Amino acid sequence: MIAAALVAIMIVMLIALIRTCIGPSLFDRILAINTFSTATVLMISLYGFFNQRPEFLDIAIVYAMINFIGTVALLKLHRFDDLGHDGDET
Amino acid sequence: MEDFIIIFLLSLLTITAVAIIFMRNMLSVIMLGSIYSLLSAVIFVVLDAVDVAFTEAAVGAGISSVLFLSAFAVTGKRQVLKQKNKLIALITVSLTAAALLYATSDMPYVGDPNSPAQTHVASRYIEQSGSEIGIPNIVTSVLASYRGFDTLGEVAVVFTAMIAVLLLLLRREEDQEIDREK
Repeated sequence: MIAAALVAIMIVMLIALIRTCIGPSLFDRILAINTFSTATVLMISLYGFFNQRPEFLDIAIVYAMINFIGTVALLKLHRFDDLGHDGDET
Repeated sequence: MEDFIIIFLLSLLTITAVAIIFMRNMLSVIMLGSIYSLLSAVIFVVLDAVDVAFTEAAVGAGISSVLFLSAFAVTGKRQVLKQKNKLIALITVSLTAAALLYATSDMPYVGDPNSPAQTHVASRYIEQSGSEIGIPNIVTSVLASYRGFDTLGEVAVVFTAMIAVLLLLLRREEDQEIDREK
C-alpha cells in the first residue's frame, strides 16, 4: 500500500514538473513548485516508512519549512520588485 | 522498487535540466533550479545520505534560490541575449562531459565494500568513534572532532561570504535612501 502511495506521488511530481515547464503565468509556476515541494516532503516521509525506518520524518518537516521561504521570496519579489522592502504599501 | 524510484527521479532530473536550458524566463529558471535541488535531495535520501540531502535542500532549494532572487532584484529583470560563440561553447561542454564520463568508468560502484571510502579510515570511525569521541552519531563525530580544523575553516569561509553579501545588500539600501532624499 505504501508502494502504491509512492507511485501516486511520483505521478504527482511528474505532473507538477510538466506544469512548471509549460505553465503560462508566473502563478501557475509558483503553485506547481509548491505542489512539487509538498510531494517531495511526502515522498521522503513515505520512503522512510517503506524502508521500515521512519526516523527521517522530522527531516521531512524541516523540508516543508524550507519550501515556504522560497515561495515567500518569490511572491515578495513579484509584489515589491525588491527583496529588502519593509512591506509597507506605498 | 528502490531502483525504479531512482531511475524515475533521475529522469525527472534530466527533464528539469533540459527545461532549464530552453527556458527564457529568468524567474522560471530560478524556480526550476529549486525543483532540481529538491529532486537531488530526494535522490540523496533514497541513497541513505540524509545529511547531504538536508544540506542540499537547505542550500540548494532554500538559500540559493533566495540569493538568486535578490541578485535578480538588484540587477533588474532584463537580460541581453548574445548569440555568438555557440560552437566554441558546445565543443567545450562536450569535451568536459566526455572527460567526466571517462572519469566515472574508474569510480567504484555505489556501496562497493572494497572502495577506498570504505577501507581507508571508515572502519576505525565505525569501531572506535563511540569510545574515542563519545558521540552516538558517527557523521557528527567525524565532522566536529576528527575533521575539526577542516570544519573550522569551512565556518570561516561561510562567515566571510555572509559578511560580504550583507555588506553588498546594506550598501544598496543606503543608496536607495540617498535617492529618496534627492
